[in-house]
Amino acid sequence: MYELFKNLGAWLVSGEQWAGSDGIGHRLAEHLQYSLLATLIAAAIALPVGLLIGHTGRGAFVAINLSSFGRALPTVGLVVLVFLASGLSMWPVYIALVALAIPSIVTNTYAGMTAVDPEVRDAARGQGMRWHQVLFQVELPLAMPLIMTGLRLALIQVVATATIAAYVSFGGLGRYVFDGLAQRDLVQVLGGAVLVAVVAVVLDLALSALQRALFRHRPAKSA
Amino acid sequence: MIQFDTVHKRFPNGTTAVHDLTLDMPEGGVTVLVGSSGCGKTTTLRMINRMVDPTSGTIRVGGKDVLEQDAAELRRSIGYVIQQSGLFPHRTVLDNIATVPLLLGWGRRKARARAAELLETVGLAADAGKRYPHQLSGGQQQRVGVARALAADPPVLLMDEPFGAVDPVVRTQLQDELLRLQRELNKTIVFVTHDIDEAVRLGDRIAVFRTGGHLVQCASPAELLARPADDFVADFLGAERGLKLLSLTTLADVPQAPAPEGGAWTLRLDATGAPVAWRHKDAESADIPVRPLRDTDSLLSALNESIAAPSGLVARVDAAGVLTGVSSRDDIHEHAGVAHEQGREGVPSGARGTARAAQDDPHTPVKGPGQTEPRAEDGTGDTDADGAPAPTTAERSA
Repeated sequence: MYELFKNLGAWLVSGEQWAGSDGIGHRLAEHLQYSLLATLIAAAIALPVGLLIGHTGRGAFVAINLSSFGRALPTVGLVVLVFLASGLSMWPVYIALVALAIPSIVTNTYAGMTAVDPEVRDAARGQGMRWHQVLFQVELPLAMPLIMTGLRLALIQVVATATIAAYVSFGGLGRYVFDGLAQRDLVQVLGGAVLVAVVAVVLDLALSALQRALFRHRPAKSA
Repeated sequence: MIQFDTVHKRFPNGTTAVHDLTLDMPEGGVTVLVGSSGCGKTTTLRMINRMVDPTSGTIRVGGKDVLEQDAAELRRSIGYVIQQSGLFPHRTVLDNIATVPLLLGWGRRKARARAAELLETVGLAADAGKRYPHQLSGGQQQRVGVARALAADPPVLLMDEPFGAVDPVVRTQLQDELLRLQRELNKTIVFVTHDIDEAVRLGDRIAVFRTGGHLVQCASPAELLARPADDFVADFLGAERGLKLLSLTTLADVPQAPAPEGGAWTLRLDATGAPVAWRHKDAESADIPVRPLRDTDSLLSALNESIAAPSGLVARVDAAGVLTGVSSRDDIHEHAGVAHEQGREGVPSGARGTARAAQDDPHTPVKGPGQTEPRAEDGTGDTDADGAPAPTTAERSA
C-alpha cells in the first residue's frame, strides 16, 4: 500500500508524465475543454427553459420531470447508444455530458425564479417595467445566486463524468483510467482518478469564491 | 381626476371583487379606501394602474380611459407604493428610487440626481442612498418606497396599505410625513387601508367598502363619523367614533384664560416661559408634569390632557413653546359638542350650541341611520346633561 502511494506520488510529479501530447498537461486541457463546452451547451439550452418556466409559471411540471428523467439516464449507456447510432465521433460524449448537466441547471434556475419575492415582482410591474425588463432587471439578478449554484453543480458533475470520453477512444483525464485498466497499471488508474477529483474540487472552490464575491451585499436568505 | 364608472370586476374563479363601482376621486385630495379584507379595496386601487383590468365599466385618469393606454406607460405615470415596500433587494436605495426615471430614459446621471433629491424629501440621510434595502429599518424602507413612487413626479399616487407592516409609533411618524408631503406636493392620492384611524387621519374623503365589492359610503371623515350611512359603516367606524370626530378638530377656537395664580395648583414655567409642571400649593406632593398643547393639536388630545391634569386645565403654548394661557375642561367639552354638530352637515347647529358631549356614543349602541338622526334632533338637551357630568365630578376633586 505504501509502495502504491509512493509510486503514485512519483507518477504525478515526474516531468515526463506532464509533457507531450499524451502528458498530463495536454490531457487536462482536453478534459477541461470537453467539460466547459458541454456545460456551456447545456446552459444555452437549460437557462432559457428555466427562466421561461420561472417567469411564466407554466410548464414547470413537464420541465422538472423531464429533468429528473435526464438525471436518471445512465451516462455510459447513453454514450454507447449514441456511439452505436452515429459511429465514432465526439457526439456521443457531448450528448451524454449535456444531458447530464441540463437537469441541475433547469431545476436550480427555476428554483431561483420561484424564490423571487412576489411582492418585488409585483412592484417591478407596478413601476411600469415591461415583461422583459422585469425578467432581466429584477428576476434574473435575484435568481442569479441559485442559477450560479446550478451551473457549478452541473460543471462538477460533467468534470467527474468526462472520463467517459476515453471510453470511446478520445482524450481527457479518463485516458489514464481506461489505459491503466487495460494495462493493469494501478498507479496510472489511481493517478487519473486523483487528477479528476482534484480538478473537480478546485473548480468548485473557485466558483464558490466567485459566487461569494459577486453576491456579498445580498441579504443572507437569497444568497 | 380619477373616475370609476360602473366598474365591475369578476375574477376567473367566479368571485366578484368589485361590484358596479361608480366613484370620483377628486384632484389633489387623499381618497382612502377602507374595508375588511376581501372587500375589493385593493382590487379597486390596482385597476387604476391596470395591475388588474376591469371586467366591465370605465376608469378614467385625468379624463383618459386607462384601458386605451399602454399598461407599462400608464404605470410609469402613476406612483405606486405597496405594503412591505417591494424594494429591489439587489439595487442600492438610490437606484431603487431612480427606477421610473431610468425606465423613462432620463439617463443615469439625471435619474440619480433626482433620486438623491428625493432622499431628502422623504426624510432620509444622503448616505442611505448607497445602502441596500435590507440594511434599512422597516420604516426607512417604506420611505424609500414612497420616494420611488414620487421619482418621476407623477400627479397620481396609489398607496396599498403602505404602513401596514410597521410598528404603531413609526406608522404615526410616516402618516405625519405623508401629510406634510401632501401639503407640499398636492398629489391626487388613493390610499388603501383596513385601519379606520389611519383613514380618518389621512383622508380628505373616505370610501367604505363591504365584502363583495360594494361601496357603502363615500364622504369626508367628519361626515362619515357623524352620519354613517348604515349599521355596517357604524360598526366599522367603531364605538369610539364620537371621539374620533374630536381628533379631526383642532384646539384653535377654544378660548384661553390666563394661567391661575394662587389656586390649589399653579403652573411652573422654565426660563423660556415654557410650562413644565403643575405644583400644588402645599408643595407636599411632587410636581405633576404637564404636556402643553398647541393650537394645531386636536380636541381629543386636549380632552385627554384635561382629564390627566390635576387642575382640569390644559396649558396652551404658541409655536415656540411659550405659555399663552390655559383652557378649562368645560370649554373643551363645549367645543367638542360644537365640532360634533358641525360634522352633521345639513343639521342646523345654531339652536344647540351647548356641549353635546361625544361620549354619548359608547353608552348608546348605534342602531343605524334611522335612529342616529332623530337623536340629534330631539335628544340634544338630555344628552347635554348626560354627557358632561363625569368629567365635572372629576374636576371638583382636583
